[in-house]
Amino acid sequence: MKKILLLGNPNVGKSVIFTRLTGTYVVASNYPGTTVEFTKGFMNLKGEKVEVIDVPGIYSLEPVSKAEEVAVDMLKEGDLIINVVDATKLERSLNLTLQLLKQNIPVVIALNLWDEAGHCGIIIDVAKLEKILGVPVVPTCALTGEGMHNLVLRLKEAKANTYLKRDQERWTEIGKIIQQVQKVTHRHHTFLEKLGDASIMPATGIFMAGLVLFLSFQVIRFIGESLINYVFEPAFNILWTPLMLKLSLILNPGSFLHKILIGELFKGEINYTASFGLLTTGLFVPLAMVLPYIFAFYLVLSFMEDSGYLPRLGILVDNIMHTVGLHGLAVVPMFLGLGCNVPGVLATRILEGKRERFIALTLMAIAIPCTAQIALIVGLIGKYGAFGLGIVFGTLFIVWLVLGLLLNLILKGESPEIFVEIPPYRWPYLSVLLKKLWLRTADFILHGVPWVLFGVFLVNILYTFRVIKFIGQITSPVITGVFGLPEETVAALMMGFLRKDIAVGMLLPLNLTMPQSIVACVVLAMYFPCLATFAMMIRELGVKDTVKSIFIMLVAVLIVGTTLNLILSRLS
Amino acid sequence: MKKILDLTQMKQKKKGTVIAVAGGPNLKKRLETLGIRKGAEVTKVSAQVMRGPIIVQVVNTQVAIGFGMAKKIIVEVEKESNIEKLAVKNEKDIITG
Repeated sequence: MKKILLLGNPNVGKSVIFTRLTGTYVVASNYPGTTVEFTKGFMNLKGEKVEVIDVPGIYSLEPVSKAEEVAVDMLKEGDLIINVVDATKLERSLNLTLQLLKQNIPVVIALNLWDEAGHCGIIIDVAKLEKILGVPVVPTCALTGEGMHNLVLRLKEAKANTYLKRDQERWTEIGKIIQQVQKVTHRHHTFLEKLGDASIMPATGIFMAGLVLFLSFQVIRFIGESLINYVFEPAFNILWTPLMLKLSLILNPGSFLHKILIGELFKGEINYTASFGLLTTGLFVPLAMVLPYIFAFYLVLSFMEDSGYLPRLGILVDNIMHTVGLHGLAVVPMFLGLGCNVPGVLATRILEGKRERFIALTLMAIAIPCTAQIALIVGLIGKYGAFGLGIVFGTLFIVWLVLGLLLNLILKGESPEIFVEIPPYRWPYLSVLLKKLWLRTADFILHGVPWVLFGVFLVNILYTFRVIKFIGQITSPVITGVFGLPEETVAALMMGFLRKDIAVGMLLPLNLTMPQSIVACVVLAMYFPCLATFAMMIRELGVKDTVKSIFIMLVAVLIVGTTLNLILSRLS
Repeated sequence: MKKILDLTQMKQKKKGTVIAVAGGPNLKKRLETLGIRKGAEVTKVSAQVMRGPIIVQVVNTQVAIGFGMAKKIIVEVEKESNIEKLAVKNEKDIITG
């Protein structure tokens, strides 16, 4: 099968073009390095099925980083290259284009962001550029789909080896081309540009960052709570409960099937957080407690991604990130990790070296709880108000910082410096944003909910065969002796290997005291990543480094759990 | 009058021309990919506090550069003489009327 490669600088819209060509949706955002993996899709070209590959962005074929090396290797497999060029940054993009034109593979150029170039007052003589380069140049605006049809039509005109000047003279050549084809008319700074400048000035920038984070937090809370209080809880109570009570009568309380599906009844009533049946707690926790927050979090995150704010935040916190051995751009994986650690782990690929990736992954797995887990922590500790939540998240933040400092001191090497292009602010494109939001929410429903159900099922089985009681007795020296938690929490800790949200959920019916709830939440967040994250860590770090990372986790959780228990039990 | 500085010493909103990159070939190549090379015109947009990243505008792209890296980028700026300052002031007065 023929292979078409989508190649170009980071953040020029390759992923959007990919989606347009193949109909396969991939996540696109407004910062360099959204795509860290190859994505393959298929399109129909005059009755012939061809493979389209979305390659991570590169600036040059002279590899200076791992990602570029991989992309250059990919080149050998391609039969045709669609070189995606940012029309607003033609000069810089041509550096890669001129290199691609020497690779013995036919090339077509998509001059993307054509509309934005117009707004910026940049006029490009496409016909002349086509003549100079010797390959088709098609203006496109992938977001709206303009020019895509034309691009596909002209794939057959692709040519190879049309521009064979010596490498040493490349920048001079580029200068000559630009002079011939591009005109820039003067224009005043737009509102978005002024806002862009203000958000990276130290004084205004830090103020704006505080405001953005505060507003994000409030919006997430407002949307999450509203959905729970006015949509999901009433839906469960009014529609689902009568159905379940009928089913309960049919199944006969006390039967094994009743225990698995409905769980325990309390005074003849279903308690959605305590009954612990597949159809009661198993559905209520992921759908009515977690899903609203997942939706709200990703709505806000997608907005931050698509507007271009995230890398600016990274620049502002670059100093803090350096103290833990990372640089500012590491805010991207950390923020993604707050949604779900799995894509967070993958996103650490935008960091340069092995050392940074190890630090980032270890810190994320230990001290960054995902939204699902946070939602349940809020459900458990929220009743103690901001004080309780403050201790939980404050502790995790201190752990993140101290552990990062230590890792940075102990591990050999030093943190590389940030070097990144700052994307222009863009108004998020609504349909793209909604598509991304839907994809991420659907991912939770398709991949998260089944694991919760499986976990509920497993715990019921283990309880029935008294396995949990047995393990509880064995581990009680640590759990009760060191952490000050009752023996029953062992079930939650076991579940934590599988999934963190339902694990925290299992603490709800235990009637823990406030100090116990806080210690349990912190221990659950820190001691081990969930199964999906663990698998991802092995894939990204290898077995040896994952073992190291887990060892650090276990030591950290013992120290932090003990300390927290000592302090809190003394306070109360 | 011309003055030679590195990027960290340059004043905000000033324009300069890169005359050298004091580093190895890898650093030079890396900087080149975002348009920072000998002869490029750069305008400093801002600098973060406590040796944080320096942000410059190259053509129409803003680039954030770590402090240490920015120290290796040598630029030449026009030194403002008093006459020039006066000229700028006059120009502003004319525009604002």
